[in-house]
This record gives sequence, structure tokens and C-alpha cells, in this order.
Amino acid sequence: MKKNKAAMTGGAVSAPVFRQKPLKKRILNSWQLYVMLLVPVILTLIYKYIPMYGIQIAFRDFKTGSMWKAEWVGLKWFKRFFTSPNCARMIKNTLLLNFYGLLWSFPIPVILALMINQLRFKRFKRVTQTVLYAPHFISIMVVCGMIRIFLSPSGGLINLIAGTQIDFLTEASAFRTIFISSGIWQDAGWGIIVYMATLSNIDTSQYEAAKIDGASMFQRIRNIDIPELVPIMVLQLIMCAGGIMNVGFEKVWLLQTDLNKATSDVISVYVYQQGIEGAKYSYSTAIGLFNTAVNLLLLIVVNRIAKKLSDVSFV
Amino acid sequence: MKANIKSKKAAGLSEKASDIILVVLCAVILLIVAYPLYYVLVASVSNPYDVYAGKTFLFPSQFTLEGYKAVFADEGILTGYLNSIKYTVIGTVFSVVMLYLTAYPLSIKELPGRKAISIFFIITMYFGGGLIPTYLIVKQTGLTGTMWSLFLPGGVGVGNMIILRNFFENSIPKEMIEAAEIDGASKWKTFLKVIIPLSRSIMAVMVVFSMVAYWNDWFTAMIYYPGDENAPLPLVLRGILIKSSASASQSGMISGGYAELNKMTEMIKFSSIIVAALPMLIIYPFVQKYFEKGFMSGAVKG
Repeated sequence: MKKNKAAMTGGAVSAPVFRQKPLKKRILNSWQLYVMLLVPVILTLIYKYIPMYGIQIAFRDFKTGSMWKAEWVGLKWFKRFFTSPNCARMIKNTLLLNFYGLLWSFPIPVILALMINQLRFKRFKRVTQTVLYAPHFISIMVVCGMIRIFLSPSGGLINLIAGTQIDFLTEASAFRTIFISSGIWQDAGWGIIVYMATLSNIDTSQYEAAKIDGASMFQRIRNIDIPELVPIMVLQLIMCAGGIMNVGFEKVWLLQTDLNKATSDVISVYVYQQGIEGAKYSYSTAIGLFNTAVNLLLLIVVNRIAKKLSDVSFV
Repeated sequence: MKANIKSKKAAGLSEKASDIILVVLCAVILLIVAYPLYYVLVASVSNPYDVYAGKTFLFPSQFTLEGYKAVFADEGILTGYLNSIKYTVIGTVFSVVMLYLTAYPLSIKELPGRKAISIFFIITMYFGGGLIPTYLIVKQTGLTGTMWSLFLPGGVGVGNMIILRNFFENSIPKEMIEAAEIDGASKWKTFLKVIIPLSRSIMAVMVVFSMVAYWNDWFTAMIYYPGDENAPLPLVLRGILIKSSASASQSGMISGGYAELNKMTEMIKFSSIIVAALPMLIIYPFVQKYFEKGFMSGAVKG
């Protein structure tokens, strides 16, 4: 992993041998490589960087015409958002949905990976992995369709098993559970890959030695596997913290009903409704920017804490 | 290994016991994950009234393929299917070409400006313009309402690009590249004759990832490429699965009145789920063994 990290952040670990050639010659030598990069760079400039520059419409009053010439209005849109009736509810829902989601969906892949890694029957191990990955490859649209079918008050699977006739999607109190548990079903299996890859680095002689010393499976997991996973877990946690305000828009939008809005009303859906459906471009951009700002702040804070506590950091 | 276990009898026993507990636990998890899909599969070949009466927990009841016939007779779904195939093929070719064109130059250590260009791409993983500014730029560049709006704004998949770049750096022997260049091959020729053939396994993974992304995407099409005739399959399914509405072609097709229509609508729900999910579920196991390898080199992003 260390080696990868160097390659990743480094990029610049160039061999000293090549430094000796003059820069001009090296650039000329590489012209074909620059040509390869041309289209990707141009596309990224146009569709990633110009939109970043376009964030300024959050401080302008843009309706039509040129994005760069609309009148400056300062913090008008931010003020409007913070004084809108549902603002507090949306922020709270966004944070809670993610916080609870993280609480459940972060540890589960770790536990699954630790378990599967200990499986000794190769074929069973492979089948388990194949099945666990499967839901990841299904469209969110299809998953939401399945959720609706399973939760249907008349003959849905859950109601059949429980012997009830509850319309879960109209119950605000059930929304978070539905959202998070279906999310675990879909992505926990896929989430194990990172951990499995890390565990596969462990030298099997360590396990053998532990066995000779009489260590049980549980002890081997605790003393060999978990310490190996800690750095990557911290890294994943930091990345999650940086996305704490990013609720998967698609799923919330597809599962939202008028009656569960008390818990399903989140910022990303509001951004979509105001921006795309309502064409309130500046207002929507401002809310999106607020969202991103909170994310960045959390990323930095958690990164700091992690650096202090475990010496693993991300930037 | 066996000798060790025997030598410590107590440890050997608990070893066996923990093995069994582990297998049972994993089997339970397997069932929990697989059952929802199995249930939908069974329901798709059963009479929907029996499904809703709870008669199909394990096996189909009144086996029928009516649902699938209705799905493939539905013009909306068929158009969606063909659209999705088209977008998936074009999108995958585009994305994988972009990935290679970016990852290969950035894997060459002596490329001047390599670090800066890498950062240029990586920043976009963590920071972006957001929904509306991107939407407006796509609109202003005239892509909205064309098929290209589905591919071009995505640009380079940076996460996958890093995995691919690390593969080039770590798994392709430098000597092969140097040998080709000493033989007088240009950088393009090396790329085509050495890099591409040596990276088939990781290319398969990239192809599958891209295919899945395009096959399952609907949001991009919804905002940039509207119109029923352009809708990819998931967007067509939105009407059926989420809004629960029978499409016009269905209502016209069925003569048996409201009850029959209702039954058909329910059957189509189940079978369309299978029809939409199946292609990707068949494909991914073929490249599964490369997933971990790919992530091992790409796990530490940034």
C-alpha cells in the first residue's frame, strides 16, 4: 500500500536519470502523449472546470442570457434559503439520513470482509462474493421498484410476512429505515472489495504461526486482520465525512411521497426541484454551494482529527 | 496445517466449530441478499394474485410467461431496451477510450507536467460545479437534446482512470516499453502494440464498469435528453415501477377490461425488473476475479 500511495500522491517520483535530459527535449519527445491527453483535458475543462467557475451565479441574479453578465446580488439567495420555511428540516433530514446511514453501512462491509476472508472453502467463498456483489449491478430505478413492490400495503412481501397492511412509504417514521436498509442490501457487498483487497496482502504464514500458538479464529481476526484494516478504514471514513451532505438524490426522489416528506425532504431533492423543475438557477446553485461547503468543511475537520489520532490522512 | 490442528486438540475442535459457525452465518447472509431477487423472479412467472396472496414465497404458482410476453410486446419498453443498448455500447467505447488516453500518458514517469495534469483530473473527483452550473454549460454547448449529452459531460471517470494508471505503472514491465521504443516504435505504436494487448484483463473490468454505469443510468437522460423516444430502459420503467401507470400501448392491447389490465400491470412490474437487471447480472461474474486486483491498486485514492 505504501508503494501505491507514493505513486498516487507522488506522480512526481520521476527517475533522476530522465531529469538530466533538458526539459525542452523531454517535452518534444512526449508530444504524442500530449496529443492523447488533449481530448480528455478539453472535455474536463469544459464540463468540470467551467461549471466550477459558473458557481458564481449563486451570487448573481441569473435567469437567461449570459451567466457571466447577470447582476450581482450578494448573499440574497443564501438568505432566502436560510429563511425558507423548510430549511431547518431539510438540513436536519440530510444530516440525519447520512449520519444514521454511515453508522450502519460503514461497519457492515468491514465485518463481512473479515468473515469472508476466513472462509476456507474456496468455491463457497467465491459464490458468496458473487452473490454479495450482485445488487450493486442493479439500477437504482429497479431497486426502488422492488422496494415499492415489497412494501406495498396490499400483498407486498414485508406485509405478507408480518401479516400487516401498512403502507410504509407513507409513514415518515419508516423512511430512514427503508432508505438505509435497502442501501445496505445494495452496496454493503460491493463495499467489501476494498477490505478484501487489503486483507489479501496479509502473509498467510502469519495465520499459520498464530494457529500454532493456539490462537482462535476470533483472536486471529482481532490481532492480525483488524490492525491491517485500520488505515484503510480511517481513509474510507474521511471520504464518507466529506460526503455527509451528499444524499443519493435519485433514491430519495424515487421513494419520496407527499406523506413521508417529514423525513425524506432533503437538500439534494430541493436543489433539483428548484433548479431543473423550477428553473431558479441562481437560487438552486446557492443551495448546492452551501451543501458542498459543509462537505468540504467536514472533510477537513475529520481529516485533521484522523491525522492526530491515527497518523492516517488523506490530503 | 492439519498436523497443527491435531497437535492442539482443544484448539482444533474450536477451529472446526468456528469454521462451521462461519459457513452457516455466511449462508444466512447469502440467502438474505439473494432472496429479494429470487422472489421477484418467482413472482414474474406466477399469477400476480397468488403473489399478493402470499403463495409464492418459494415456488411459482400457476406458471406463466404472460408477463414476459407483455414486456416484449410493449413498444415503450422495447424502445427503451434498444436505446439502452445503443447508449451502453457507444458510451462504453467512448469511456474506455477516454480512460486509456488519459491513464497511459499519466503512467509515464518522465512526462513533463505529469503531476500537474494528474491533479487537474483528481480535483474533479472531490469538487464540482454542481447540478445547475453543469446543466447550464451542457445546454450552452448545445449538447442538450442530443445523445452526446449522455457521454461527453461525464468526461473521464477519474476513479477508474487511477486504477488503470496504477495498473500500467505496476503491472506492465518497463522493459517491454523500452524494448519497443529501442526498436523504433513511436509512442502511439507502443500504446497500440504493447500497452493495449498487455492490459486486457483490466480493460475487461473497465468495460464492465462502464457498461453497468450506462445501462443503469437514467438521470442524465432525464435532464439532458428528454423525450419518450429517447428514454433509456430505467426511465421507461419509472412509469411502470414508480408511478405504477399502465402505458398507453398496454391499455390499448388488452381487451379484458380493468381487472385484466390491472393484472397485466402487476405482471409487467415483476418481469420488467428481471429483464432490466439480468444482462448486467450475467456479465459481471466473468470479470469478478479482477475486481480485487483493480481495487488493490486503486484503493488509496487521492
